[in-house]
Amino acid sequence: MLRNWTQRVTLTDIIVWALGILILIGVIWGSIVTLNTGKYSTSTWIDLTITGLALGGVYALIALGYTLVYGILRMINFAHSEVFMSGPFTATFAAQALIALGWWNTYPILSLVIVMLVSAAVSASIAILLERIAYRPLRHAPRLVPLITAIGASFFLQYTFRGLYGSGLKPFPDMEIFSGFWLIGTVRIFKTQAVAILGAFIMMLVLYTIVQRTKIGKAMRSVSEDKEVAALMGINVDRVITTTFALGGISAGIAGILYLLLFPVAHFFMGFFPGLKAFTAAVLGGIGNVPGAFLGAMVLGLLESVGPSLFLDGLGIPAPNQLKDAIAFTILVFILIFRPSGLLGERLTQAKA
Amino acid sequence: METNTSFSWKEFVKAGLLGGAVAVLLSLVGMVAAFSGRYIVSGVFTMGQVLFIAPILLSTYAALRRNRQLTNSNLFMAGLLSGLVGSAILALLVLIGSMVNLRAMLINASPELYGILTFGRGTGLGIVILLGLGLLIGAAAAGFLLLPDRIRHALTQAIIWVLLIGLLRDLIVTVSFRWGPLSSIVRQLFAVSGLTIIGALILFLLVGGVSYWRWGRPKRDAAESFNQQRPAARWLTIGITGLILLFLPLILGTFFSEILDNVSMYILMGLGLNIVVGFAGLLDLGYVAFFAIGAYTIGILTSPELGIATMSWWEALPFALLASFLAGFVLGLPVLKMRGDYLAIVTLGFGEIVRLLVLSDWLRPWLGGSQGIQRIAQPSIGPLVLNTQQELYYLFLIGLGLVAFIAWRLKDSRLGRSWMALREDEDVAMAMGINHVSTKLLAFATGALFSGLAGAIFAAKLTSVYPHSMNFLVSINVLSLIIIGGMGSIPGVFIGALVLIAAPDLLREFAEFRYLVYGALLVVMMLTRPEGLWPEKRRQLELHEEEPAVVPAAD
Amino acid sequence: MFKRSYALLALLVIAGMALAACGPAASAFECTDALGCVTVGPGEPIHLAYAMVISGADETLGVDSRNGVEVAISQKGQVLGHDIQLTGEDEGCSAEGGQAAGTKLAADPTIVAVFGTSCSSAARVAVPLLSQAGFAIISASNTAPDLTEAGNENNHPGYLRTAHNDEIQGAAAAQFAFEELGVTQAATIHDGSLYAEKLQEVFATTFEEMGGTITTTEAVDPNGTDFKGALTSIAATEPEFIYMPIFVNAGSLITRQAKEVPGLEEVRLMGADGMFSPDLVEGAGDAVEGLFLSSPDLASFGPEYQSTFLPKYEEMFGTEPISVFHAHGYDAANMVFAAIEQVAVQDPDGTLHIPRQALRDALYATKDFKGLTGNLTCTPTGDCADPKIAVYESHPGQFPPDRIWP
Repeated sequence: MLRNWTQRVTLTDIIVWALGILILIGVIWGSIVTLNTGKYSTSTWIDLTITGLALGGVYALIALGYTLVYGILRMINFAHSEVFMSGPFTATFAAQALIALGWWNTYPILSLVIVMLVSAAVSASIAILLERIAYRPLRHAPRLVPLITAIGASFFLQYTFRGLYGSGLKPFPDMEIFSGFWLIGTVRIFKTQAVAILGAFIMMLVLYTIVQRTKIGKAMRSVSEDKEVAALMGINVDRVITTTFALGGISAGIAGILYLLLFPVAHFFMGFFPGLKAFTAAVLGGIGNVPGAFLGAMVLGLLESVGPSLFLDGLGIPAPNQLKDAIAFTILVFILIFRPSGLLGERLTQAKA
Repeated sequence: METNTSFSWKEFVKAGLLGGAVAVLLSLVGMVAAFSGRYIVSGVFTMGQVLFIAPILLSTYAALRRNRQLTNSNLFMAGLLSGLVGSAILALLVLIGSMVNLRAMLINASPELYGILTFGRGTGLGIVILLGLGLLIGAAAAGFLLLPDRIRHALTQAIIWVLLIGLLRDLIVTVSFRWGPLSSIVRQLFAVSGLTIIGALILFLLVGGVSYWRWGRPKRDAAESFNQQRPAARWLTIGITGLILLFLPLILGTFFSEILDNVSMYILMGLGLNIVVGFAGLLDLGYVAFFAIGAYTIGILTSPELGIATMSWWEALPFALLASFLAGFVLGLPVLKMRGDYLAIVTLGFGEIVRLLVLSDWLRPWLGGSQGIQRIAQPSIGPLVLNTQQELYYLFLIGLGLVAFIAWRLKDSRLGRSWMALREDEDVAMAMGINHVSTKLLAFATGALFSGLAGAIFAAKLTSVYPHSMNFLVSINVLSLIIIGGMGSIPGVFIGALVLIAAPDLLREFAEFRYLVYGALLVVMMLTRPEGLWPEKRRQLELHEEEPAVVPAAD
Repeated sequence: MFKRSYALLALLVIAGMALAACGPAASAFECTDALGCVTVGPGEPIHLAYAMVISGADETLGVDSRNGVEVAISQKGQVLGHDIQLTGEDEGCSAEGGQAAGTKLAADPTIVAVFGTSCSSAARVAVPLLSQAGFAIISASNTAPDLTEAGNENNHPGYLRTAHNDEIQGAAAAQFAFEELGVTQAATIHDGSLYAEKLQEVFATTFEEMGGTITTTEAVDPNGTDFKGALTSIAATEPEFIYMPIFVNAGSLITRQAKEVPGLEEVRLMGADGMFSPDLVEGAGDAVEGLFLSSPDLASFGPEYQSTFLPKYEEMFGTEPISVFHAHGYDAANMVFAAIEQVAVQDPDGTLHIPRQALRDALYATKDFKGLTGNLTCTPTGDCADPKIAVYESHPGQFPPDRIWP
């Protein structure tokens, strides 16, 4: 899309670039000063990096659901964070039941599968109901209208689950097979972290394959391109959209369990903030783009984990970790200034020439 | 199914299932039990009972209405079926609950709840009663449908009013304390909880009678009738409304003034965001940032706590406005090229950055950190310090009048039309010679200015600011109210704020379920009126133009 | 629409007048109280209210205290032959929420006493309004020192609290760390809440006065999940001890993650009463071993809490206590009941007159009141919490933890 103003440099462009360069200088300056103080050893940096990647893995798992729905419907499914909360919140009860049966640590894999099934089933049903009740009737309404129903549904679901299960914390039991860490040289990788990173990667591959290689994926891509033409081609648009929501729900349900392995406390508010982060990650990577969501989430996780210590510590700013989200969002602005549609661009389908 | 006389029983089973499911949900989230002590009519029935009966009744009634062509006896049969299925779902809950301890998971599945559902008669007899009640509900729904329209309308009105007044009992009684001799009269109608039986009867007959008597007169949409009035009449309406607004806090007291203040504050912000989102079509999810900047500028410049400056509120106000206006520009610059959701996330980020900065230990010496800023100056006019909710209401009213006037003039100005052109199609607008840079920046900055004003008055009202007040939910609330009201519509902002800000404040009973009800309200309103409650004319036209062009999805 | 409502109103008025003619006769009691009296007719309930946070991210704090109050009401049954009615407003844990709740409650003259607020920010705005209205106000979870500091503009007549003043608890924690554990290098963590920030500040000041060093102060997001960045920063300053007076959710995750950060494996952690909850023990799992918590001294009344209060709470709300200030709410309610019983004047027909100033005076005069949170004695500015702070050491799966100091 050619616009004449992009062809000549205007004052605003200069200001915006100056802003970007300012951010860059701040980042580089802060990093150099911090590294010079030698406050942190190399292994500390590696630890922080792994932590960041694990956190990124969690964000990625949620972001995949956002991006999938966005890719098809071009709408921000704001309630996805609640889809993410509902499954694992329910699954904590299944976990308690499995402990009571004595299966939890004797058949850990089976238990994990059961818990994941419960979580995925609940999340997927919530996602499908959500689409049926709150989004489908509004498919042709102005863009912001489904955003508001999504926000409404998000509140509704949060407080419904609060009402059902209470507002206390529900601990998710530790699993013996995932406790402890592997030592690689001097670097410690906790098993739960490895599970989160691997899990996110596998999930990304699976979803990418579904979208790119299967028949339903093909239908999803065509619905994403043009709903009306897809319908004319004999594609059942409603069914494709329902499937998309179900897939998003299943991935959120599984994501929730991996999340609980890492941060084993469930409560009705657990989806909200990770959901916002995942949304940010999806945008960062190029919303609607499955590998993009993964990449964006990893970048975001790294920024949050490494950023405060690297950029701010050396500048003598007290309590730098309080500002980790501020850093993450500043870098987000920086990236979007130079890549206005995210790291990998926005397309569910492969970029076409 | 084949002939007109028989009916599709499936649909009514479905209706019953739906009603029953909603009733079970309301029971399990705790609403039924929470409202079981809350009488609508004292000693007769409670809000808790309404909550599990109404879903079944409404769902049955809706299904029957869709099948009005059925014969009377079939309607009754269908009603009974649907009602029975609905109550059977509730009975099932009671039955399962009496055998298994559901409470390990569902904390509200308490013996108390079962007691309410079975009317305190134990599981066996209680279930029979419940099923009987279901049949009764079904019969009532069918009977209701068969009534002449006029009577049905009157009955509906009467029931709604009795429920509403009974529910708002605390509120009415509290306010009535201001009314002197009227107070004791009003209080006679109410018991400790809900209406007295006599009060309910009076109200029922009154509303029913009035509504029966008024039946058949032409009904007009408030928005439409206002738009159709001649200019003189329109000014008169505005004048009368203005007069009422002027005296409102005196009649209603601090309680309502507080609500009015909050509503006004949200209207101020709504008018601002309406420019950004409604006029210019730029989705802003971090609107709270400008509110925070306005409030904090006042705090920094007037509070002796930080020792930076001790201006009066009026002296600090221009700085607050300037700061938020400039902040609008600053945010506007990097997002010029971004569209849609990228814009949304960057603005969201901007809001979070501002909140985190005012919260941070780093900037604490200048911004107060988590302890906030206290002892903020309040505006004074001569010797009079505006410090009560009633007095501040007038400040809000002046600000509101000013801002509404500016917004209204802007809308049809050259700038306003440029905004709307950008909203409709950025590329075409630019091709037509609209400078998208200054136009967009002015939209952000003007919106920010209004929000900054709201923040400045907010700081004065509370005499303190805390970072925790500047959270994402404020942005969400403002965005929701302008879309509920009708995007781009100035009166819509007022209506939206009344519905979303005042209504939850009035329903004190719902405090704990506020967000639950709020969420449901957002969904239901958008489903029933996607164009908003008082839509902008241009937009409504568009929406209805689009509709016939829509290709129905293949099935 | 308008016309119909007016007609309705007019008819209501007429109908009401007819009814008013047969109202009850005036009573003989004469109120001489400086703030006036609340009259509770025969068969009417005594109206108490709460202003707590019952929705949003901080709701567990308020809902839990309110549950404590409701347990007390349910156990008490009646006060002087009258039922107790509890209504309330959400204060949203914010200044603006406090103002809304305070204004609304202040408009209702039938209210005798208000339980609240939950958060100190709300209290600073709500308490002056409620105080002006003549109510007695008892908070179960405000801890900011200024609220009960004599001469401070945030201290208002009629305000009391059963929660610990940060000054007391922060200082006790510092004393424990420096004198009992003998550590000299400590780091602190807060979560940006008024409570945590103030508490760590008092701790830091006292600790440094004693001769210790604060190596660093970190702040975390209470809704965050990953705290390893902050913990790594802290580890780089090599403290022997970390004081983190935050809440259960972030607290349990930090307790876990601290064990996974190199350099912090052996560092002792300590929280305050905001983390004194069974949820923390469950949430932190095995990592909870050795975590210190400061809390009111439970030694004198432990059995009653376990044997009577907890079962009742679980029966009423279907869950264990969801936060930490339920017992404080329970005590606040019982203090109010006792004070009403002390000052109320009862007519022969059962009508109750509660003089407001006398009620406040009675509350301020509370002495050696046996509550769940200790022996409550109120100071003239309204600090009622038992000044004895104990330190507990946590072990996996065990609540309450072992009392180890003093």
